[in-house]
Amino acid sequence: MADTVDRLDSDPTTRRDFMTVWAGVFAAVGAGALLWPLIDQMNPDASALSLASIEVDLSPIEVGQAITVMWRGKPVFIRHRTAEEIDGAKNVPVSALPDPLARNENLPEDAPAIDLNRASEGHENWLVMIGICTHLGCIPKGQRAGDLKGEFEGWFCPCHGSHYDTAGRIRKGPAPRNLEVPPYSFLTDSKIQIG
Amino acid sequence: MAGKSTYKPSTGIERWFDERLPVIRVMHDQFVEFPTPRNLNYWWTFGGILMFCLFVQLVTGIVLAMHYAPNENLAFDSIEHIMRNVNWGWLMRYTHAVGGSMFFLAVYIHILRGLYYGSYKAPREILWILGVIIFMMMIATAFMGYSLPWGQMSFWAVTVITNLFGSFDALVPGLGTAIVEWVWGGFAVGNPTLNRLFSLHYLFPFMIVGVVLLHIWALHIPGNNNPTGIEIKAKKEALSFHPYYTVKDAFALSVFAILFAGFVFYAPNVLGHADNYVPADPLVTPAHIVPEWYFLPFYAILRAIPSKLFGVIAMFGSILVLVIVPWLDTSRVRSASYRPIYKWFFWSFVVTGIALGYLGAMPPEGWYLIFGRAFTLYYFAFFLIVMPLVGLIETPTKMPGSITEDVLERSKGAAPTAEGAAASGAPAAPEKR
Repeated sequence: MADTVDRLDSDPTTRRDFMTVWAGVFAAVGAGALLWPLIDQMNPDASALSLASIEVDLSPIEVGQAITVMWRGKPVFIRHRTAEEIDGAKNVPVSALPDPLARNENLPEDAPAIDLNRASEGHENWLVMIGICTHLGCIPKGQRAGDLKGEFEGWFCPCHGSHYDTAGRIRKGPAPRNLEVPPYSFLTDSKIQIG
Repeated sequence: MAGKSTYKPSTGIERWFDERLPVIRVMHDQFVEFPTPRNLNYWWTFGGILMFCLFVQLVTGIVLAMHYAPNENLAFDSIEHIMRNVNWGWLMRYTHAVGGSMFFLAVYIHILRGLYYGSYKAPREILWILGVIIFMMMIATAFMGYSLPWGQMSFWAVTVITNLFGSFDALVPGLGTAIVEWVWGGFAVGNPTLNRLFSLHYLFPFMIVGVVLLHIWALHIPGNNNPTGIEIKAKKEALSFHPYYTVKDAFALSVFAILFAGFVFYAPNVLGHADNYVPADPLVTPAHIVPEWYFLPFYAILRAIPSKLFGVIAMFGSILVLVIVPWLDTSRVRSASYRPIYKWFFWSFVVTGIALGYLGAMPPEGWYLIFGRAFTLYYFAFFLIVMPLVGLIETPTKMPGSITEDVLERSKGAAPTAEGAAASGAPAAPEKR
């Protein structure tokens, strides 16, 4: 007893302070551990994550045509580009682009947005991109023959006026990034797998 | 505040109750005897009107939820089912949809009344901030409710608004995307999104009820502001809430209800958008996405700014700036009636709000964009420059010494008649205590 009294006098930190602090810490950790499942239940669930990759046959798409396929609930634009469209996109210096990065999941993150990096080497006539405007998620126009294609002959988002060029790069308007290129690979010269 | 309670339980049962749970006493003190400035005008009736709107939305909403199916394959059809098959379903749905618009109409008038008469100034800052919180919760609730029919406008409004959070990618790469996918519960807006929006749309109104109770509590501590902005100085400057203001509020509410019913029965769809009668299609964006009319000014602000992140910051900032209004306004005088310079800026602000509403519905190009930017600039300048500066440089006009003086002044001015002359000798109100 005398020992306890001595320590109380000399050290302002008591056993009780120690217990109070640690009880509080444990309660906080416990609350956090219980909170996490409540937050995480809103994240994409197993069924959303398990969506398999898809294969797309490119042979019916003529030069100048485009198709839209669904992958993970998102539209994917596939365009068979003309020679002029490829040349047009190649002749733009990267310094003139609002977003200088390729945004191609098949390449390193810092790859520059030159035309080659937007397509796939050896298959530059094919452009495969997620058809969702990087501004606020609308579907840009430009897939169908009669659509408005914007000032750069690629795609035009009608919601807030973003213009994309023939390599799907943002050129004008509020969108911050080039259209995303999803992970994909050529299985044969006329067949790709997305995802 | 009411001061000492004047409630006298008159029966044995009331006395028994009063000693255990004095709820009748509280009702009596706060909603019957509550001293209310005698000079409140009709702009002060919108608090009661808003209570009515909240009640209507709760009742019709609970009824609609009995027939609605929050599933991406069923939602659109269940709305048509409500419209065509459910007994009185058309009335419930149109009342709920129009009710949202009426709620916002009333809340905008309520907020502008507070801004004009300086109702946010000390000691009513908490009251004002609680009001801003209610307004923000109303915005969230209305947005979530608009998604439920799962038409084209529903779907694309959800897409555009949830993508706003993607702008955080500009701060921390990947953060925005993680938040957006968390909100969606997938990689695109889909069934999990609709399901959770329904759940939260049902929850939020009850949270609003809670904050409304705090709002009324905070109102009943200092009591009502009034058109002069001068506090009550003598007992005779106040009237009991009942019957004087219950009757005045009831009359205003009746007039408001005529407008409400006019929309419900004669033009139920005029405030909505035809595209929302097209089922949601994730592959086709409507040519022109517009939010409901009450969000248009904020939408115009979002689009006025060419950067995604700063557009989002400006849009949320345009609402959040209201929180600090009590400290931005440097004027010693509450009511704009005695503020000759501020008054002009205030009405310019009202015009700005309407102009931004118009521009929010127009395509974001050419002159629309230029005017959108100009009005956005004034919107923020009003709060951040005009409010602090005008309060310092302006000389207020001569104010009456008290509410009584103001009332007497008005009745004198109003009357060369015998009655008016008589009234100048005594307070013009019929109440005798």
